[in-house]
Amino acid sequence: MNDTAPDDIEILSLPISLKEEAFSLGKGIAEEVHNKVKTYSTFAIERASLRLLGVKGANEEGVPWVNIFIDKCAREGKLSRGALFTLGEVIISNGKTLQEAVEGVATGAIDLGTIFPQDEKKVKELMTSLVSRSIEDLLGMRRKRQEMIDSLTPGEKPLLYVIVASGNIYEDVKQAKSAAMMGADIIAVIRTTAQSLLDYIPYGITTEGFGGTVATQENFALMRKALDEVSLKLGRYIRLVNYCSGLAMPEIATLGALEGLDIMVNDAIYGILFRDINSTRTLTDQEFSRRILSLAGITIVTGEDNLIKTVDAKEMAHTVTASQLINHHLALLSGLPPRLIGMGHAFEMDPSEEDSFLNELAQAWLVRELFPQSPIKYMPPTRFMTGDIFRGMVLNAAFNLIGVMTKQEILLLGMPTEAMHTPYVQDRFLSLENALYFRKAAKSLMGEFRLREDSLMRKRAIEVLNNGVEVLREIKGVGLFEALAQGSFAEIKRPLKGGRGLEGVFAKARDYFNPFLNILPGTIISRGTNYGD
Amino acid sequence: MEIKPYGDTLNDGAVQISFSLPLPLSTRGKKAARELVIKMGIMDPRIVFSRDLGEGFSFYIVYGNLIHSVESEILGEDIEEEVTLDYWEINRLIEEKIGRKLVIVGATIGSDAHTVGIDAILNAKGFAGDVGLERYPSFTVHNLGSQVPPETLLEKVMDYKADVILVSQVVTQKNSHIHNLTQLVELVEGSALRDKVIMICGGPYISRELALEIGYDAGFGPHTLPAQVASFIVKRIMEDYQEGIKGCVRGERMKGRTRRVKWKNW
Repeated sequence: MNDTAPDDIEILSLPISLKEEAFSLGKGIAEEVHNKVKTYSTFAIERASLRLLGVKGANEEGVPWVNIFIDKCAREGKLSRGALFTLGEVIISNGKTLQEAVEGVATGAIDLGTIFPQDEKKVKELMTSLVSRSIEDLLGMRRKRQEMIDSLTPGEKPLLYVIVASGNIYEDVKQAKSAAMMGADIIAVIRTTAQSLLDYIPYGITTEGFGGTVATQENFALMRKALDEVSLKLGRYIRLVNYCSGLAMPEIATLGALEGLDIMVNDAIYGILFRDINSTRTLTDQEFSRRILSLAGITIVTGEDNLIKTVDAKEMAHTVTASQLINHHLALLSGLPPRLIGMGHAFEMDPSEEDSFLNELAQAWLVRELFPQSPIKYMPPTRFMTGDIFRGMVLNAAFNLIGVMTKQEILLLGMPTEAMHTPYVQDRFLSLENALYFRKAAKSLMGEFRLREDSLMRKRAIEVLNNGVEVLREIKGVGLFEALAQGSFAEIKRPLKGGRGLEGVFAKARDYFNPFLNILPGTIISRGTNYGD
Repeated sequence: MEIKPYGDTLNDGAVQISFSLPLPLSTRGKKAARELVIKMGIMDPRIVFSRDLGEGFSFYIVYGNLIHSVESEILGEDIEEEVTLDYWEINRLIEEKIGRKLVIVGATIGSDAHTVGIDAILNAKGFAGDVGLERYPSFTVHNLGSQVPPETLLEKVMDYKADVILVSQVVTQKNSHIHNLTQLVELVEGSALRDKVIMICGGPYISRELALEIGYDAGFGPHTLPAQVASFIVKRIMEDYQEGIKGCVRGERMKGRTRRVKWKNW
């Protein structure tokens, strides 16, 4: 997000020592993960590196050139020192351009097995210059986008986020523009079901999908163009969201950077738990992805809302907090400044329980106060939406009120038809009308109140943070990977060697070469380099 | 007797309708809305609210009075609501009459990644205060999670020697849920297991009728509580039991019997 975080948000007066312990545990857990994943690379990271250099396209069957190239490198044993090194050798020995070299290897016109070793220094110089140029290009695009954003009004907080999910990018475009005109600030294009399990990026403009629309570079570009048009028309900047998750996570991050996305849902823990992606694979992918997103100035939002969709949201609220504390520090280690780290959570407590509203309010304040410099993404009720659309509107109104009162920055609007079907065009109107009312009507409301000494809301928030710290201690004891294997989150167990995509992980050789790793922002805390400001 | 919607007077036929049109809000748009509502059989339609949605769309809320009615005679007799046994009764029956734990394998199949439904039924926590099947001492539950290929589910059914298969399908575009569910039945039939397991499906678009039509023993729609599913399982198994099938339920269920007929009787 581009504005300063909301000020004057202290209301809970959380014990400082408890907060410090929570952050210190999160830091410790994240550092251990970070140190481990730094020793690995993955097929997806190597492919993303090629895409960052500008390699595009797919063969006649739609298999991307980068996939074929990386698979061939792996077969020839040329991956552990980095695909960019091999690519440099191919370019020099064959006198080809970047794209020609990748396609040549992919089609078999160039045989990797017969490439003569080239002078190491020459290869490295060539590839480093190509990488520097692509970074310059990306920064140039970022500056251009920032100029456009600065020329428009940013929209009021909380920003109102709606989804489109027709499966057909052309229908999505119409619905997105309609939503923007009715007041939406953020448009997310939901991905087609199970795209996260594809170990590649599909190619081209697409008009069919299941439960969503295929995320492709071409679809991204089409939607970005449409939203830019509507932004200029409205004088208000409309943000675009997609999902930087799943097996192709680093490549999606690259496409997001290239095509001007503003926000990406990005959370390896979600992939591990709910898509059964191997933990080492996706945490390694996430590290690289976040460095790209940081360079591009894209805000991430994490997926903790999912942790409480299948368990009792009140009982397990502390797991959300614990996960956020880990995720936040992991993001810092990957070079994202706090204002680009959106923390996710949700309104999912059983509404039939007494004081569920109070507990939701406490939870929302807790997240807000723990991460004062970060945008908070608040997800609407889904679990207790029943098909009674009228009652659904009541729950969504309660959600909107809390969102406004607690200064959540990104409100993902609930639809009255949640649990029935992907939104109809009028559902977005009804939801936006609901949220717009509260954004205006309750704008200054919370500033009027201070909590009483024996506040139930404070008591609840401290209880959740205490339990979160308890969980973090346990995780710290065994490490995040083992904790995931034991089922510390959402009662789901994911063993270290299980899950999808493990075969695409490799240990970096001593002479591993990838200049992006030196240039992309990362571990800003120690290096002091930060493109994000 | 003629049955009509009731607003505030018998047989006034009062209905409320809302929809969008791919037309901008204009006199043409409103006329289209009114004509469509009249074609639905609604007299005197009143557009109480309309709004332009941008991009050539408009939204209408319409009230009116339905001219149609139905004869009460065609409604037949009320089918009694299924009596749901409670947690204690279910566990007692299984312990006393079956004498061993029943094995349940659950999953969402195909490309469907939505586990909300299956988790609500299986996870110990359950749904809306009703405990999930994992918490029943008389069930052994294997929740395989999401996006399980039907072939894998079948393998697990064999590995675990399951008594019950529970599948959830949420995604419904282009009827993919029916395709996935049918494929599973065919696989189970193909491996000669169909008479040995109870097959149950669930999801927002699943009804009892649909489930029976595509070859399942039962189907559960939205808002189903775990106890309703557990209750069905135990009743179905007890039913076979009372018909004189002794010993292990699995493998000795009556062959070739059409479940559609059976279902209606209990």
